[in-house]
Amino acid sequence: MHFGGIKAIAELDLKVREGIIMSIIGPNGAGKTTIFNCLTGLARPTKGHIRFSDREITSFASHAIARRGISRTFQNIRLFKEMSVLENVMVAQHVKTRSGLLSAIIRWKKFQDEEREVREKAFEYLDFVGLSDHVHGVSGNLPYGAQRRLEIARALATDPSLILLDEPTAGMNPRETSEVMRLISRIQELGKTVLLIEHDMKVVMGISDRIAVLNHGVKIAEGMPADIRKNSVVIEAYLGKE
Amino acid sequence: MDMYKENNHDNPPAHPFSKGGMRGFLKPLIVALWLSLLFLPFKGIKAAIVFFVIASAILVSAVFLSGYQNKFALAIKTLRVTVQESGLFSRKQIFVLRYACLLSLFVMPLFARDYFLDVAILVGIYVILALGLNVVVGFTGLLNLGFVAFYALGAYSYALLNTRFGLGFWTALPFSVGLSAIAGFLLAFPALRLRGDYLAIVTLGFGEITRLILNNWDSLTMGPNGISGISAPRIFSLSLGKLSYFYYLVLFFVLITFFITKRVYSSKIGRAWVAIREDEIASSIMGINTTMYKLYAFAFGAFWAGLAGAVFAGKMQFVSPESFTFMESVLILCMVIIGGLGSIPGVILGAFILVLLPEMLREIQLYRMLALGAGLVLLMVFRPQGLFGGRGVSFRS
Repeated sequence: MHFGGIKAIAELDLKVREGIIMSIIGPNGAGKTTIFNCLTGLARPTKGHIRFSDREITSFASHAIARRGISRTFQNIRLFKEMSVLENVMVAQHVKTRSGLLSAIIRWKKFQDEEREVREKAFEYLDFVGLSDHVHGVSGNLPYGAQRRLEIARALATDPSLILLDEPTAGMNPRETSEVMRLISRIQELGKTVLLIEHDMKVVMGISDRIAVLNHGVKIAEGMPADIRKNSVVIEAYLGKE
Repeated sequence: MDMYKENNHDNPPAHPFSKGGMRGFLKPLIVALWLSLLFLPFKGIKAAIVFFVIASAILVSAVFLSGYQNKFALAIKTLRVTVQESGLFSRKQIFVLRYACLLSLFVMPLFARDYFLDVAILVGIYVILALGLNVVVGFTGLLNLGFVAFYALGAYSYALLNTRFGLGFWTALPFSVGLSAIAGFLLAFPALRLRGDYLAIVTLGFGEITRLILNNWDSLTMGPNGISGISAPRIFSLSLGKLSYFYYLVLFFVLITFFITKRVYSSKIGRAWVAIREDEIASSIMGINTTMYKLYAFAFGAFWAGLAGAVFAGKMQFVSPESFTFMESVLILCMVIIGGLGSIPGVILGAFILVLLPEMLREIQLYRMLALGAGLVLLMVFRPQGLFGGRGVSFRS
């Protein structure tokens, strides 16, 4: 992956097993978010392949990838700010509904059933991330931590098998952070694979099954949290000496 | 981690005058000064000074009163809740009230003078247009400055099908709206590669090109002379040329437009449109095919413009390129903006205001465009979100 002459990711071989929480760590500019952008079709790798559950998705458009079951949150929150909290999660169920223009106008029973189901599901997802009290508020007015959790609910609502979380605890206080950690573990319990970008080592070491360390677009280490903590290359490049 | 803290703490915009003090009063004074400067060339300096004093007095007191706005709103809300709880107006009665309003629209032709009917028909046509443009600009957030082109296509296609081939209104109507919708689709195809201002410029160009073609293709469109002798719509043998009949026809179409846009808005499609307006990247990650839905929005909006155009041609029984200038696009856009982008009742109100206001100001002929312009500026200063805007988007289906 190149950005105008600069290599964001030079060479990367990353495999994620199903059902695990894998963290990607590394200093700023190591290319972590670029990986997410490639995986979700927002950026196209100049070389190489991306395979997802035995299917080549390298050149897919974002919405097609979403359909295949990858969803994500953003480092700088990207909610649909003027829509209500509930509607944010309803939008995310777009791919699961099939009614078209005509049924929207006539509103047969099938359309109404589908709408009701989308609503009920949305309530469930909001309940899952603990936002039941804010359902009808405008999402842009939510407190910061709640906005992050709403983004997670919205990503879950597309019913992905792989969910990419880009710094979900950034800017949160310790209490909120541990809430999000618990939330991520519960997402794993749903049978979903989680790929996590995170700077907070307590979070990374606490919940990851595997960790990959990136520096200047190159993977310098990969392994269990305990191994990574002791890895001398990683300590030099990122963790620093204690 | 401090670097992330600056992200996204979007506080709701504070009330412009909540800061209080002198700065709160400076803005209305500047507005008053500006208005009196506009007034100056017409009535001389003395009148302008008098005007300035009056205007600043009114505006400053308005600002003063708006300090109580929140209390006022609270009082209204309490009142509404008490009224609801007292059971004075039950849900059913509100339902009845709504239909009473509708009924009054239906019986209006029995009492109103022809002039009123004429204006009402014009309002109706603009309501259809504004609702159509609202889909593109208000819901999907794509600035379309050439909307009048689709209006023109609808009008000319009916005019030509009628005068050349003798097709009646109802037979020609599917062609008119279909042509407009397809044109919307075709324009959107290349144009949607562009964003924001660039899209606006391309659509503006499309509007002008359409008008110039109509103006210069003499053999087909009769050029600037326009096409006359278009027959009025008829139902079986009943000609709708009479104003009161035509009023019902327009009312029928307005209701259909209202009904359909409202339903589509509160469906999956409407949600996708608003999501694209709010954040295109996020909506594509949510599985929305953004290009496709933007195309839909363009075609869907153009559909209504085509309908309005055919109705317009049937009403005037004459079309010429003069009716489809850039100013017309701007006028429709103003209706959408005044009412509040994306708000269906707001857009209808905007159409009412912008058609009725010039009519009411006909007495003071010379100043009406001035007053209209000044009013728009005031609105943008004091209520940039539009009359009905700023409540967020809400679906209650």
